[in-house]
Amino acid sequence: MATELPFEKPLVELRVKIDELKRFTEEKGIDMSEEVATLEAKAKTLAESIYRDLKPWQKVQIARHPERPTALDYIRAMCGDFIELHGDRNFRDDPAMVGGVGLFRGRPVTLIGTQKGKDTKDNIHRNFGMAHPEGYRKALRLMKQAEKFQRPVFTFIDTAGAYPGAGAEERGQGEAIARNLIEMAGLRVPVVCVVTGEGGSGGALGLGVADEILMFEHAYYSVISPESAAALLWKDATQGQRAADTMCITAQDLKAFGIVDQIVPEPFGGVQRDRAEAVSALSDAFAQALDRLDALGMDALLERRYDKYRKIGNYREMTEELPKHSVAMQES
Amino acid sequence: MLKDLFPKKRKFATISPNQGAKDRVPEGLMNKCKRCGEILLSRELEKNVKTCPHCGYHFSMTAPERIDATLDEGSFVEFDAHLLTGDPLSFPDYPEKVQKAREMSGLDEAIVSGYGTIAGFPLYIAVMDFRFIMGSMGSVVGERLARTVERATDDGVPVVIFTVSGGARMQEGIFSLMQMAKVSAALRRHADAGRLYIAVCTNPTTGGVTASFAMQGDLNLAEPGAMIGFAGRRIIESTIRQQLPEEFQTAEFLLEHGMLDEVVHRKDMKPYLATVLAMHSKRGEPNGHRTAF
Repeated sequence: MATELPFEKPLVELRVKIDELKRFTEEKGIDMSEEVATLEAKAKTLAESIYRDLKPWQKVQIARHPERPTALDYIRAMCGDFIELHGDRNFRDDPAMVGGVGLFRGRPVTLIGTQKGKDTKDNIHRNFGMAHPEGYRKALRLMKQAEKFQRPVFTFIDTAGAYPGAGAEERGQGEAIARNLIEMAGLRVPVVCVVTGEGGSGGALGLGVADEILMFEHAYYSVISPESAAALLWKDATQGQRAADTMCITAQDLKAFGIVDQIVPEPFGGVQRDRAEAVSALSDAFAQALDRLDALGMDALLERRYDKYRKIGNYREMTEELPKHSVAMQES
Repeated sequence: MLKDLFPKKRKFATISPNQGAKDRVPEGLMNKCKRCGEILLSRELEKNVKTCPHCGYHFSMTAPERIDATLDEGSFVEFDAHLLTGDPLSFPDYPEKVQKAREMSGLDEAIVSGYGTIAGFPLYIAVMDFRFIMGSMGSVVGERLARTVERATDDGVPVVIFTVSGGARMQEGIFSLMQMAKVSAALRRHADAGRLYIAVCTNPTTGGVTASFAMQGDLNLAEPGAMIGFAGRRIIESTIRQQLPEEFQTAEFLLEHGMLDEVVHRKDMKPYLATVLAMHSKRGEPNGHRTAF
């Protein structure tokens, strides 16, 4: 395991000890198999106790794991053929947003996602998966193309958020996301989105207006990052854990709220532990969602999409409408 | 007489080290312009729809004030006042915060919505209010907006939204974020029905509101000097590690960068909207009757 998370430390230490004992056995020829077996059993119990009941903050850390597959990893693994398409036709090609056409189980689909890097150099190139307005406009161009050729759209969300930079503001980060929301609401093809890692606020939602929202078991989706929430609430960005516990940002929370349609199960310990298993689970989830959506006519599909978002909200409605107080509003 | 007043006041202000003179100005009678520092009589300020007659600075406006200044007198009918704030995440201290905002603002949420006329032209209108938890968008704001837009679509009339917002209502978490999609979906239908939507950004309009309905108008307008942006100034400065120019994210900056159709002075807003409404109605007349404005 190349990258360990803080809460995994006891397990990592135990595994190191097991490896040492195994090496010792080989080198010195002294039989330690009994001790190894005991420790392995202990490691298994420990792993279960760690991963069975992950806390929100631990999920956030798993969701950000540097070895978690990226959008292109999933797209290439899910599609037999994939052609990446570039550029927004206006300003430039944003490497933090990728997209193209692929054959998914023999069927052409448009696939779009925020793209994180694999290492520091790649991450700088990919701007750590934080897209600029031209990224959202590239995504929209590909969605409109999908609409033209009547192929479904799959979007992959894994971003801390839309990039908060000077150039991004100048070129209308807000407008670019706003445009995607209003266009995706009326896109005349099935749209399925998956939150694979981080679902960071408006930057995530800019790809997230869909007929069905899938979410990996340990992904998170939030209106604000736990650290920023902590900075605002308690003037202390180090209290991310407390904010994560408070804000109901896990896949399980969002499923309970009726916002996420399906949780995609992760291999034990997270998708980074077994990519093939993760890809297979995600492929199945996409295929099942598509089956449900294919059964609907276009009008029914758009009606369903409208209702999905229309009903999201938590408020109290007083049974008796108050007298319409137009007079009261005329205060001087 | 007014002219005589200002030099006197200035003298008091400079002589007194503890600004005692200023404190003795009866509450609500005088206002100091936040930009040019001129002392303005409240009456004078009201006459100028809360803009400074010297430098043009736009003071913040409450939703009721905005409705008064924008719609024909007595035409406003409020809708959806019976929707009240929930607490979906059982967020610590949220109900208390809402209660405080209610008492402080006299409103029950960060938006007032309803129906009215401008120069006789019918429209649905929604106006945000910054005093209520920084005009943040929670479920009630989203629901009132969605219902307002839906009514406008059903009745075949335009909708105008005045924005002022710190962005999403953090205490409502993902519900707050999803209101952006909900309102956008309603505006999509309004657009598909061939109906007009005008967004007017006032100071400040940020975050999730900028990234949704504030930027989805057939016309995107703003008041002079309004700060409009997706990310906050401090966040950008800490990201790029340099200071941003003064005019960054102002309405004029956005106009220059192609994000707005026009920057309209508050005194001109009502006739401007009336002209736009006329241009989008049959024969340029409200209900077949020509009305002067």
